[in-house]
Amino acid sequence: MAGTGKAHLRPAADTMLRVEDLVMEFPAGGGKKVHAVSGISLDVAEGETLGLVGESGCGKSTTGKAIIQLPPPTSGSVSLDGTDLAKLRGEELREARTRIQMIFQDPISSLNPRRKIGEVVAEPLNVWGPDDPEQQRDLVHKMLDAVGIDPDVAATKRPHEFSGGQCQRISIARALVMEPQLLICDEPVSALDVSVQAQILNLLEDLKVEYNLTLVFVAHDLAVVKNISDRVAVMYLGKLCEVAESNSLYETPAHPYTSLLVGSSPIPDPSIEIDESVVEEGELPSPISPPSGCRFRTRCPLADEICERVEPQMEQIGPDHFVACHHPLVTSTEVNLSPTGTDKIETKGRT
Amino acid sequence: MAKSDTKTARLVPPGLPNEPLLQVKDLKTHFQVPAGIVRAVNGVSLTLDRGKTLGVVGESGSGKTVLARSIMRLNLGDHVIASGSAKFEGKELLDIPMSDMPDLWGVEMAMVFQDPMTSLNPVVKIGRQVTEHIRHHHGTSKSDAKDAAIALLKSVRIPEAEARFNAYPHELSGGMRQRVSIAIALACGPKLLFADEPTTALDVTVQHSILNLLAQQQRERYMAMIMVTHDLGVVAGRADEIMVMYAGKVVERAPTKTLFEDMRHPYTEALMRSIPKVSERSHTRLSAIAGRPPDLINPPNGCSFSPRCAYAGPRCFEEAPPLVDVPGSDHQFACWLPVGSEEGKEAFERNLAARVPQAVAIAEGRVTEDLTGDLEQAAAEAVAEAAAAEEAEGT
Repeated sequence: MAGTGKAHLRPAADTMLRVEDLVMEFPAGGGKKVHAVSGISLDVAEGETLGLVGESGCGKSTTGKAIIQLPPPTSGSVSLDGTDLAKLRGEELREARTRIQMIFQDPISSLNPRRKIGEVVAEPLNVWGPDDPEQQRDLVHKMLDAVGIDPDVAATKRPHEFSGGQCQRISIARALVMEPQLLICDEPVSALDVSVQAQILNLLEDLKVEYNLTLVFVAHDLAVVKNISDRVAVMYLGKLCEVAESNSLYETPAHPYTSLLVGSSPIPDPSIEIDESVVEEGELPSPISPPSGCRFRTRCPLADEICERVEPQMEQIGPDHFVACHHPLVTSTEVNLSPTGTDKIETKGRT
Repeated sequence: MAKSDTKTARLVPPGLPNEPLLQVKDLKTHFQVPAGIVRAVNGVSLTLDRGKTLGVVGESGSGKTVLARSIMRLNLGDHVIASGSAKFEGKELLDIPMSDMPDLWGVEMAMVFQDPMTSLNPVVKIGRQVTEHIRHHHGTSKSDAKDAAIALLKSVRIPEAEARFNAYPHELSGGMRQRVSIAIALACGPKLLFADEPTTALDVTVQHSILNLLAQQQRERYMAMIMVTHDLGVVAGRADEIMVMYAGKVVERAPTKTLFEDMRHPYTEALMRSIPKVSERSHTRLSAIAGRPPDLINPPNGCSFSPRCAYAGPRCFEEAPPLVDVPGSDHQFACWLPVGSEEGKEAFERNLAARVPQAVAIAEGRVTEDLTGDLEQAAAEAVAEAAAAEEAEGT
C-alpha cells in the first residue's frame, strides 16, 4: 500500500478539489515526527462523494482537516477550483474557507452548550452573511427546516434539549447555511445509533442533491462509506492503498488491506460463515517510524522482499480502479481493462 | 441450522447438571431519580444454557446494559429498585447479600466492558490487574499467579506477554487493552461471561479478531456468554439466540437463524433495514426509523414502539402486547400486528396510503417530522385518522 503516485488523479479541469502530495507531520518530541499523512493525492469532482476509509490512526481525519487548512499541511497543495488554499494566508484564506464547511463526529460536543440553536446556526452568517437580522433569521429558519428540525420550536432551545441525531442535523444546518461547495464530514454518524444513522445518511444524500454539494466523507465503517460514496479511497498509515469507484472496490478489492477490511466487517446475515481462524496478533506500526517500502507489509500475507525495498506506486487495474501494491489481488488483465476505460472516467468528471 | 450446530454442538461435560445455567424471570430494574422512576429494565425473562451465547440487541437506552449489570448486581445505590428473579445454577442471585457477591464475580460470572480505555486501572500494571483475581480467589502464590497470568495473556494473543506483564494500560493500544480486559475476565474460569459492547470502541479488523478470540475461549472453556451489542452484524454469525430489547422490554427472542429469516416484530425489521450493508449497491436508500427511543420515565401507553412503528394500528396505542410464542417453536415476539401477517400488511398499507410519517420513513427513507413535541400523540392521531379514512372508504 504505502503507495504514492498520481495515476488515480483525473484531469485538473474535471475536478473541483485536488489534493497533491499532501504531507502532514507533527512533532513528537526528541526530534521525532509523527508521520500522520505522507504524501497522498486525491481529487473530487463536482457533485461527487469521496469516501475516505481506514483504521484509526491512518490519517483519514487529518486529511479531512488539512483540506480545510486546520492546520495547514506541512507540504503539498490543496486546490479548490484552481486556487491553492495552502498558499493563502489571513483574510484570503478565511474568505476561501467559507466555500468549505465541516461537520464533526460528536454532534453534542461540537455545538456550544450555552448558545441557542438559532444563534448557533446564525453564527457563520454573523461573520460572512447578510447583516440584516431579518434576512439572517429567514436563512436560519429555511436551513433548519431543510434538515428536518422545526425552526419555530428549536431556535430558542439549547443543544442539551436535543438528541444526538438532532444535534447532528443542527450541525449540518450550521455548515450548510454558508452554502458551501464542499462539505467535509468527519465520522458524522459513528456516534449515532443505527436507526438515527440511517436518517442522517439519507438526509445527507437529499441535501447533496438539493444544494449541489460535493462531499468528502471520512469514516471507519465500510458499509456506511459504501452507501454514501461514489468513489472510495482506502488509507493505511498515512498513505493511500486503493482508490476506486465504490461498487467495484467492494466487489473486487485489489489491495490485501482493502480485502482485510472488507472481510472483517460484520455482516448481519447468520448464513454467512465467519472465518474464525483470524486472530491477528500485534499492533499497527507506529507512525513515528513507519515501515520501509510498503507500509502495510508488516501485516500483509503476501509481503515479500520487494515490498520491503520499494514503495509501490498507484497503478490502474480497471476503469476507475487504482491500487498501490506489488501483488494486487486483482490484476488489470483479470478486470479486462477496456480501452474506453479512461474516457469513461473523464466523462464522469465532467458531469 | 447446520452452521449453528457446529458452533453449539458442545456436549455437556460429565458431572454438570443439565439445568439451565441462568434463569431470569420478570426482572425489573428501576431507578428513582428526581424526575420520576426510570424503568430501565421492565420485566425481562430469559434462560441460558451452559456453553451457549445469547445476543442482546437494541438501541442506546433500550436497557440492554442495565440488564447485564442487574444480573451481575453491579447497579449500586439506594435509588436502585430491583425486583423479579435471577437464578444462577439454581441459586437466587437477588437474595445473596451484597457482601458475598465478590465471591461470585470473576469465578462464576465475569464481565468485559465496552471501553477498554476506562475499564482498566491506569495506575496499576496490567500484570497485577490480571493476577489480582487469581490470587484473591484461589490463594495462589505470587509466582504461580504470574505464570498463570502470562499463560492467559498469551492465550488472548498478546505478543511478548512476559514484557507486557509489567506494562501500564496506557502503553497498549485499544485492541490490546481489550485483550487484557478479556484475560482479566477469564482469569478465574467463569461459567458465564457478559460482554457489554466489547468491540464498539474498536476498529473493524480488531473487532473481528476480538470476537474470534472470545468465540475460541468460549468453546475451550465451555462458558456461556451474554453478548450485549447495538450491532446486529456482530451477533449474526456468533450468537445461538438473539433477544431484541426496546424500552426495557424484550420485543422478540429467537434462535439466531430464525430471527433473521422470520422476524416478526416491526422493530427488529426496522433495525435490520436501517443498517447499511456492504452487499448493497452504493447509494441504496436506507429505511430509516422515524422518531427516537421513548422516554423511560413516562413510557408511551400501549406498545412502547407504537409511536415509531410503521405497522401501528389503534390498538397498539392502548394496550401493550404480551410476549407470545410462535406455535411449535422457541420464537417469541410481542406485537399485535406482526411483520408477515395479513393484519400487519394491511395496517402498513393503510398507514402508507395516509402518509403516516412512520410508514413513509420505512418506504422512502425520508424522516422529516422527528422533532421534540408529543411524538406519541401525533403518531396515535395519524394512525387513528388513517384507520378512520380506511373505514369511511370501506363503507
